[in-house]
Amino acid sequence: MLDMTPATVAERSALKINPAKTCQPVGAVYAALGVHGCLPHSHGSQGCCAYHRSHLTRHFKEPVMASTSSFTEGSSVFGGMANLTQAFGTIFEMYNPDIVAVHTTCLSEVIGDDIPTIISKGREEGKIPEGKVVVHCNTPSFVGSHVTGFSAMVKGFVKYLSENTGTRSTAINILPGWVEPSDMTEIKRLVAAFGLPSIMLPDTSSVLDAPATGEHAFFPKGGTTLPELKAMGDAKATLSLGTWASLDAATLLETKCGVPFQDLDLPIGLAATDRFIQSLQALAGVEVPTQIEDERGRLVDVISDMHQYLSGRKVAIYGDPDHVIALTEFCRDMDMLPVHVLTGSVGNAFETRIKDILADSVPEANVKAQGDLYLLHQWIKNDPVDLLLGTTYGKFISRAEDIPLVRVGWPILDRVGHSYFPTVGYLGSLRLAVEIISAIQERQDRDAPDHAFELVL
Amino acid sequence: MSEREPHTGPSPEAFREEIVKSYSGKVAKKRAKHILVNDPEVPAEIEANVRTIPGIISQRGCCYAGCKGVVMGPIKDMVHIVHGPIGCSYYAWLSRRNQAATGDGVANFIHYAFSTDMQEEDIVFGGEKKLAQACREAYAAFQPTAIGLYATCPVGLIGDDVHAVARQMSEELGINVFGFSCEGYKGVSQSAGHHIANNGLFKNVVGLDDTPVDHPFSINLLGEYNIGGDAFEIERILDLCGIHLVATFSGNVKYGDIASSHNAKLNVVMCHRSINYMAEMMEKKFGIPWFKVNFIGADSTAKSLRKIAEYFGDAELTARVEAVIADELAKVAAVRADVASRLSGKTAMLFVGGSRAHHYQDLFNEVGMTSVAAGYEFAHRDDYEGRRVLPSIKVDADSRNIEELHIGPDDTRFTPRRTPEEIETAEKKGFAWRDYDGMMAQMKKGTLVIDDISHFEMEKLIAVYKPDIFCSGVKDKYVVEKMGVPCKQLHSYDYGGPYAGFIGASNFYQEIDRMIGKRITRLITPPWKQQTA
Ligand code: SF4
Ligand code: SF4
Repeated sequence: MLDMTPATVAERSALKINPAKTCQPVGAVYAALGVHGCLPHSHGSQGCCAYHRSHLTRHFKEPVMASTSSFTEGSSVFGGMANLTQAFGTIFEMYNPDIVAVHTTCLSEVIGDDIPTIISKGREEGKIPEGKVVVHCNTPSFVGSHVTGFSAMVKGFVKYLSENTGTRSTAINILPGWVEPSDMTEIKRLVAAFGLPSIMLPDTSSVLDAPATGEHAFFPKGGTTLPELKAMGDAKATLSLGTWASLDAATLLETKCGVPFQDLDLPIGLAATDRFIQSLQALAGVEVPTQIEDERGRLVDVISDMHQYLSGRKVAIYGDPDHVIALTEFCRDMDMLPVHVLTGSVGNAFETRIKDILADSVPEANVKAQGDLYLLHQWIKNDPVDLLLGTTYGKFISRAEDIPLVRVGWPILDRVGHSYFPTVGYLGSLRLAVEIISAIQERQDRDAPDHAFELVL
Repeated sequence: MSEREPHTGPSPEAFREEIVKSYSGKVAKKRAKHILVNDPEVPAEIEANVRTIPGIISQRGCCYAGCKGVVMGPIKDMVHIVHGPIGCSYYAWLSRRNQAATGDGVANFIHYAFSTDMQEEDIVFGGEKKLAQACREAYAAFQPTAIGLYATCPVGLIGDDVHAVARQMSEELGINVFGFSCEGYKGVSQSAGHHIANNGLFKNVVGLDDTPVDHPFSINLLGEYNIGGDAFEIERILDLCGIHLVATFSGNVKYGDIASSHNAKLNVVMCHRSINYMAEMMEKKFGIPWFKVNFIGADSTAKSLRKIAEYFGDAELTARVEAVIADELAKVAAVRADVASRLSGKTAMLFVGGSRAHHYQDLFNEVGMTSVAAGYEFAHRDDYEGRRVLPSIKVDADSRNIEELHIGPDDTRFTPRRTPEEIETAEKKGFAWRDYDGMMAQMKKGTLVIDDISHFEMEKLIAVYKPDIFCSGVKDKYVVEKMGVPCKQLHSYDYGGPYAGFIGASNFYQEIDRMIGKRITRLITPPWKQQTA
């Protein structure tokens, strides 16, 4: 497995090998699926859309609907206006969504199609019926990563739809970041425990974890609704979870609608969840419910009881920046040693933040933004680890180097569960901690000689 | 007269009318030409290989997917560098299950993805330098035998010339570097990419190694990509028969095999859609005859083996092939009979690819099931109606720009394996060369044939006719399953397989049996919602 990878790290300036990121539009599709009655639309060749739908489907094992402008060579020469206006006509006639969320692709970006102009034209020509909403965002794939695309789409919804009517409501906005439907459900539970009314954008729960009923709902029952999207402008505050995925939309809610925000990490792990809970407490002005305090206590209890399996274990963490930051802090707090930390996405801020987190425990860690899994593998060859923490793509390194892998982040293509069981909050973190401990114990059992093969661990 | 398929539900004619009616104006007119009620004796003209209407939710992918993803990607010891922003390379990375054996001493890059990961400045100032540098870095790290360069959507538009970079790098690195202008917007589907890949392989690789192949029964297997290990099973069978496989295009294949493939005595074609160009060009240039085979289905496999034996006309080979068939069919028979006892009379629908929607009907037939509706994602009229319609196919503006190579006999290496007279004599005796009769001739009268099916049409079809099983790809899989109908993926095989050959046939019967028999399907409705009869 991966036999061609040499241990010697050579400088590369042009060749990405085994990427740790993908392109913007797939993030825009995921975000748009979290809006009720919304059809994501890919303005480009149909291949992009096919790839994005397929990949999201493989992760969720759920239907993923999106349409495309189906560019041909002609459109790439003359521009995609005709394709998009025609697509509007077809989409509203065939699928009748409440909202169409258009995102661009490499091709339409290079051509320079101006989407707002095309939307106006679509309205003029009656291709977009009265009362129907079309929003857009630009997602050039030669900038940023899939996380940038997610962020752009969330921001697009705010830009087009959120309004401040002049009155403030008691609700808070939650921008959950690029997390699972299960995580969104769990975050809503925590917020509700404080008695806070909230609006979540996007919300893919009850969309990408739909039950089997014998029928296919083209627009599943979940998702942020249009009235909610509007009302976000009146909220009293926004909690932005995950800087890379959420901060842009949070900032716009402030500048456009005057809603103040807090920039928080994804609430994965003890410290990040603590900060999230403290924010909720401050907003609600109430004590932290006992039930939540107990959940925290259980997490601390398990980590403390099982500390010997965690302490000093070297771990390599890779994936999207928001996840990797939270996971690195969590591992540090369990006295694990994150010696290799890598994201495929851009951002010097990522490297600074990770180094900050590891300053007093693993100052010598390898840390890289815009890295790839080939480099991660080379690092591991030179400095082996006890555990890999990241997406499914790590399974090849896991096999090549015989290192256990705990799957977390996006995408997870070869296991189920992530969309049903959260990794956020104290409960979610407990689940993650248990998976980590189990992976290490499994390995200990596997490698133990008969005389040291223990009944009790 | 062939027997008319008894439908439950509305007549196929009524269904067709109903579907067409739900579209308006131009869309209705266009889709009407893609939907036919079949008559196998006189297959009607179907519209295929034309652009998908924007906004329609289609199964189709792009030209790049057909070129790099399908045909070129499986060549295991090449480094395939995708020139473009990261997405295209990322999505084509291990998402098709073209397996490649490791441990045979050759370099194997199947688990790797290579990309130039173009950034904004590359788009603005051009990416050729970056592509050249990427080749150098790949060579420094791996010293591969060959490097392929694949253009994605933005590359053509900004004017990067992958071929110029390829020439420059071939010279500089001293290995074969060649490029493909397979930008995603070319053509109307993956199909354009197949053609571009065929051309590129033919121009740049086939014929490079003249070392004679010393075997009386040497063949190439064209259009077999080793999804789920299909090619391994075919290799096993050919081996038992004593037939020597020079190169498979392109499952589990090495670059060097393709370079010497022109030394084989025969080409057999599995997936007609994706590779017929190669068969035609090799015949014209090197004199290698070809015919269609199908290793999907136990009987079809036997039939294909017999035809290969007949071609070689060697008594010993024929005897050995017959022995293998007898032995293998005997092993399949018990499974087949057992499964047929449960599945006979059930219905299937197949909407996928460019050949599988046809090939897999053989497997369903073998257990007594009927394919009541089928269609391709990106095939052409000849794959539906048979190659006899080739002269009458109009090439539209979308396909005109896909290069058509004009090939003549090679000055020194054109050695017809059969003389024109031999070809003719065999033909008179009923031996079909360059043959493909297409899907429609094999489907029953009154079945539905739908090209480039839309999501809307698929849901309607399932809701109205409730097939026992539906075959499609990953994007449809969970829609169909949500409707309570099992969906077999025929691109990825749902991570099962092999389904080719004899072992594959048994696997498939059992798999379909499992899916149709799933207990959980009967438990979808909660007891408190069940109507008491
Ligand atoms: S990188 Fe560009 S062309 Fe490729 S899949 Fe992404 S958007 Fe499409
Ligand atoms: S079998 Fe289907 S997926 Fe494979 S190459 Fe042929 S048409 Fe394409």
